Amino acid sequence: MSNKLKQYGQRSIKYLITSARNMLIPIFSVILGLLAGAGIMLVSGYDPISGYSAMLNGIFGDEYYLGETVRQITPYILAGLAVAFAFRTGLFNIGVEGQLIVGWLAAVWVGIEFDLPKFIHLPLAVLSGAAAGALWAFIPGLLKARFRVHEVIVTIMLNYTALHITNYLILNVLSDKQDKTENIAESASLRSVLFENWTDLSRMHWGIIIALACAIIMWFILEKTTTGFELKAVGFNHHASQYAGMSVNKNIVLSMVISGAFAGLAGAMEGLGTFGYAAIKGGFTGVGFDGIAVALLGGNAAIGIVLAAALFGGLKSGALNMPLEAGVPNEIVDIVIALIIFFVASSYFIRWILSRFSKKGVK
Amino acid sequence: MDFYQILQIIVPSMIALAAPLIFTALGGVFSERSGVVNIGLEGLMVIGAFVAIVFNLTFDEQLGAWTPWISILAAMVAAMIFSLFHAVASITFRADQTVSGVAINLLAVGLSLFLVKKIYEKGQTDIIQETFDKIDIPLLGDIPVIGKIFFSNGYYISYIAILLSIVVWYIIYKTPFGLRLRSVGEHPMAADTMGINVYKMRYLGVMLSGALGGIGGAVHALTVTLDFSHSTINGQGFMAIAAMIFGKWHPLGAMGAALFFGLAQSLSIVGASLPFFKDIPAMYLLIAPYILTIVALTGFIGRADAPKASGQPYIKGSR
Repeated sequence: MSNKLKQYGQRSIKYLITSARNMLIPIFSVILGLLAGAGIMLVSGYDPISGYSAMLNGIFGDEYYLGETVRQITPYILAGLAVAFAFRTGLFNIGVEGQLIVGWLAAVWVGIEFDLPKFIHLPLAVLSGAAAGALWAFIPGLLKARFRVHEVIVTIMLNYTALHITNYLILNVLSDKQDKTENIAESASLRSVLFENWTDLSRMHWGIIIALACAIIMWFILEKTTTGFELKAVGFNHHASQYAGMSVNKNIVLSMVISGAFAGLAGAMEGLGTFGYAAIKGGFTGVGFDGIAVALLGGNAAIGIVLAAALFGGLKSGALNMPLEAGVPNEIVDIVIALIIFFVASSYFIRWILSRFSKKGVK
Repeated sequence: MDFYQILQIIVPSMIALAAPLIFTALGGVFSERSGVVNIGLEGLMVIGAFVAIVFNLTFDEQLGAWTPWISILAAMVAAMIFSLFHAVASITFRADQTVSGVAINLLAVGLSLFLVKKIYEKGQTDIIQETFDKIDIPLLGDIPVIGKIFFSNGYYISYIAILLSIVVWYIIYKTPFGLRLRSVGEHPMAADTMGINVYKMRYLGVMLSGALGGIGGAVHALTVTLDFSHSTINGQGFMAIAAMIFGKWHPLGAMGAALFFGLAQSLSIVGASLPFFKDIPAMYLLIAPYILTIVALTGFIGRADAPKASGQPYIKGSR
């Protein structure tokens, strides 16, 4: 009996060590990324300490900055969930950006066109954003399931297609040759007087609640439902899932659709919360691509994504303060984020370093 | 305006707009044929464009008319070095190649804009003074009818791009190096067994894609935008990837696809001033390359299949 207990103890210690090591890689990558950013600032003649402290002030400095940080985190959580959800089914949804733009436009469209009481209008606008994103992601899902076309290429191509189509619609259909639509009706707005008062009139809005709820929904679907089990099973092994009687094709499409719905929601948050309109874009928002970073750093799990989104959202919104306070171009944060992705993706290398250290520790 | 005059406007602008895509797509062919997916072409073009413009602005007084040519060489070297990030991460450290490519894109934009702000203290550079001259090709330009359409009012560099695609076709299909490169991308273990150094070939593939992507970005910046800002390479790299796929990973196919996409781009710009085309919203021309690529992939226009081992890191000794 005591033997069994000992075994159990050993096993749980082993589990703790491995999960601690899994945590180590993201943390290690973030530290390395920030150090490299400091190095770049140093080499190019800026003061990294004042640069980073300006960034920290831009995140936590006062209520306004804090509110803006939360606003930035909101779409990041949803974009991260979108990338991660597809990833768990073995799909790489690089098209979050396009789905986001489509969702943004759809939500704003509903927000402008209809005149309804708030308790119908707002949910309708939010859901139509999700539906548009889901529909846009349905295309690569279907092509993958039906024709075995690689989803990465299709989603990239659809990103640009979405960009041009939405620009066309904003210019010709939603406005009369203007570069943005009119503002959405108050009844479709996510703006929150409560949050604005708390945060010194920042643009923080109710979307953060929706984003956190979606994180819980994703966790629930993946961990607590049969559908989630099937989705993950397909991600692990197509053939085994097929053999076990699951429909691989159905799950591929379903996974992309849910992923796209999250992405569309991220767009709806921007359209209904932050901006209140949709504008013609010369390029991408970048949120979709940063979502890849969020998902990767968060280990494709709901709680990790919320933490990673908080980190990247903080970095991004804090960065805006860097040129003002320390004279450092805010692009330094884009460099840091890119390097963090590199380090996480190259976890083989970090694991190798860590194993070196732990071996030395034993000897 | 008659049809002949319209062709004289459209075709030269098609060739000029296609040249950057051709260079970059050829780079993509090298990388993917060696088995490394390179989503980072966009970022490599950004680095190329950035270096070419900064080099051009810095040295134009010393180098005179040679400036754009040497700018292209500088961009090529810089982007080749930059592509090592992708090579090291995805080949040596076995990172997911798509993720690493995305990181390359983010890093390139961040780094180049950071440096532009550092050097010029504003968000974009000045317009360059030393540009390529538009020329009529001697002899070929004098051919009746087609000379006026295909060989006049163009840039030398655009014709170099087209010739290069033939060179690349020869390298990939007719030389031992090309055979090794392709074998590493199709079945790295078999290639390894035959004594081919898989890692070396893949490094070469990625670095060639860096060099060509850098040239592509430089050519785009030096002939189309003439300055560098965040929107200089706005999706050109992804369009080059589209050209590579639409061309079925074949150098000549990629060249043809790039020319076709160049046509679509040129119509979306000059089409507004032409009869017939002015009634088509530019949006359709802008999305045509992307839609066509998706259609090509679904197999409606003959199936396009990637090299078998592309996207998978090679781990020696694994089966």
